[in-house]
Amino acid sequence: MGEPGTKAPLSLEELQAATNMRTGRKHVLSILVENKSGVLTRIAGLFARRGFNISTLTVGPTEDVQISRVTLTVDGALHPIDQVTKQLHKLINVLKIRDLEPADTVARELALFKVSADGVQRGELVQIAEIFRGKVVDVTKRAIIIEVTGTTEKIEAFETMVRPFGLIEMMRTGEIAISRGRSET
Amino acid sequence: MRAVDALMECLKAEGVDVVFGLPGGANLPTYDAFVNGGIRHILVRHEAGGGHAAEGYAKATGKVGVAFATSGPGATNLITPICDAMMDSVPVVFITGQVRTELLGTDGFQEADTIGITMPVVKHSFMIIDPQEIPRAIHEAFHIASTGRPGPVLVDIPQDLSRAEIDYEPVSDVRLPGYQPRIEGNQKQIRQAAKALAAAQRPVIYAGGGVVNAEASAELTDFATSDRFPVTCTLMGLGAFGAPHPQWLGMLGMHGTRAANYAMDEADLICAVGARFDDRITGKLSEFAPRAKFIHIDVDPAEISKNVPAHIPIVGDAKHVLAKLATEYRALEADPARLDAWWSRIDGWKAKYPLGYEDSTDSEIKPQFMVRALYEATGGEAIITSDVGQHQMWAAQYYDFPAPRRWINSGGLGTMGFGLPAAMGAAVGEPDRLVCCIAGDGSVQMNAQELATCAQNNIPIKVFIMNNGYLGMVRQWQELFWDGKYSHVDMGEFPDFVKLAEAYGVTAMRFTDKCTLVKDMKDAIAIEGPVLVDVRVTREENTYPMIPAGSAAREMVG
Repeated sequence: MGEPGTKAPLSLEELQAATNMRTGRKHVLSILVENKSGVLTRIAGLFARRGFNISTLTVGPTEDVQISRVTLTVDGALHPIDQVTKQLHKLINVLKIRDLEPADTVARELALFKVSADGVQRGELVQIAEIFRGKVVDVTKRAIIIEVTGTTEKIEAFETMVRPFGLIEMMRTGEIAISRGRSET
Repeated sequence: MRAVDALMECLKAEGVDVVFGLPGGANLPTYDAFVNGGIRHILVRHEAGGGHAAEGYAKATGKVGVAFATSGPGATNLITPICDAMMDSVPVVFITGQVRTELLGTDGFQEADTIGITMPVVKHSFMIIDPQEIPRAIHEAFHIASTGRPGPVLVDIPQDLSRAEIDYEPVSDVRLPGYQPRIEGNQKQIRQAAKALAAAQRPVIYAGGGVVNAEASAELTDFATSDRFPVTCTLMGLGAFGAPHPQWLGMLGMHGTRAANYAMDEADLICAVGARFDDRITGKLSEFAPRAKFIHIDVDPAEISKNVPAHIPIVGDAKHVLAKLATEYRALEADPARLDAWWSRIDGWKAKYPLGYEDSTDSEIKPQFMVRALYEATGGEAIITSDVGQHQMWAAQYYDFPAPRRWINSGGLGTMGFGLPAAMGAAVGEPDRLVCCIAGDGSVQMNAQELATCAQNNIPIKVFIMNNGYLGMVRQWQELFWDGKYSHVDMGEFPDFVKLAEAYGVTAMRFTDKCTLVKDMKDAIAIEGPVLVDVRVTREENTYPMIPAGSAAREMVG
């Protein structure tokens, strides 16, 4: 279980109280929850009433059918992450929360881009997709669909590249993340 | 066995001796089970009255209160008590009926999404989808409501499932892997706190309702008197440190004493126990206790450093942590003389700014006088409940609560209409103790229907309405902060409370003379059964002292 609240003992002299500190970076929270009805509502409702914004949210099964994983990203520049995680811990159906350290985490997002592509443009788009290790998954006379997997930054970079061609639609899954090494996420 | 009969068995297994409720279509099976269920059920006149009665019962006894309601409007009428119990951490289990499962989601008659509506204001809730789950859900509801930071838990049972046949087996364990409240407190942190206290020159103990909830009054007193630590309590904590006492500073916060608020302002170390730095305590956050470091002891980790950064956070229950803290502190053998200068400063404030008011020169009853009169008439030994407003603050200021669970009011949510039904619940839970409600004339009308419940069941509460014919606290704010323009605060002399109470079958009387007030109150208290007294007090009296909202403690007025 997580250990919210109790930090390592600190002396009064050296301590700078850390409350409501804004870390200024994106946080990926990996949350294990009991697979019971209403759990997602409880999480979403908690964020709404406490005034926290969810940047991205994904929910999926884990290797244990009774447990689901919610991966959500929160902007640490806007919200006190310690308060977010402590409030999440109060939900009875929340089993475990990890605020994943960026350096020790592999995070991926899947995105689908539908871009205008008549004739001449198509070749150039395919080249760009190759550079980003994207895959062309569908082509019609007027449009092309490209699948890209990667970090949020990579997907945003790809979006910047293809937008001038005429971005018809974009769909993104939100990040999922897993910690490196043998320890469990 | 029918699921509802199993429900009765579960309630008995949890030690429930009384519940409050009102039947309806969706909980007809449950009410059928009450006929031979062996549990005392008190029929209330409005579900909100039942919910607040369950809170009053819980606050007076320390046990879990239970309230029943039907689906739809029955459940929505419970929202205020549920929210109130959440804000004030009151252990209550609410059991609501729901429409039959085949009607769920069809806007059926008396259907409301009770789980959805209550989700933001419950500690947890259970939607029953399989009748076999009912015993476990009830058992876990009681466990969650009463442990860690207490709070309301709701169980919603569709009508068809409640009358289904199940194999009932008593449940003795809970399966709540995500719920493990930590109560012991980290020993290193506690030692660190003891050292900080031993080094402090101007310490203050700031105790809240968490001390009452944890039954830690004796531990608080022992810790506070392990040295000469000055003690102040929040509105919810009154009685946790018995008043009067030489180390007692009075309540702190918006209508607290100057001694308490000035001590917080000048403190170099504040030890917060079971308190949550509410805005009614801190005032202007950026100027709150600017010289202080904070030890924050709370069973709910999310309260620590939520509003004010804690330098030494201790997650744990007040009872366990305070006992250990006292032991650690004594071992350090700090020199009590270091607090001499601090005490002379505090004693200076106490002498210069005692709580006070200008008494009338004729027979008019000042509201503060009324509270003191009730203190005398009850020997300070009653359980006092209150509604919300000026009368609540005067009761908190002028009735010295000698022990915990004697002061029952709605602090966090500030629910008008709380006092009368809460008194009813307290009197049912503590039948051997006198229970008085200091009510407002505005507030009491919001749940006056429960006078019928008191009369029918001979629940002997004594209701003293502090009647100034105004929504007094709002009037005070309009006078002080809105240029004295009164907008919709004058209640006039309506209703005639004596006639109203008598219509409900409750003995009633009206007091207007301060000279005989104490004796009149004693006589009223001596009457058997429920009594309501309309006490006419000064119409336009303000509650002082006061820290205007958003101001600092230094800016107290009055």
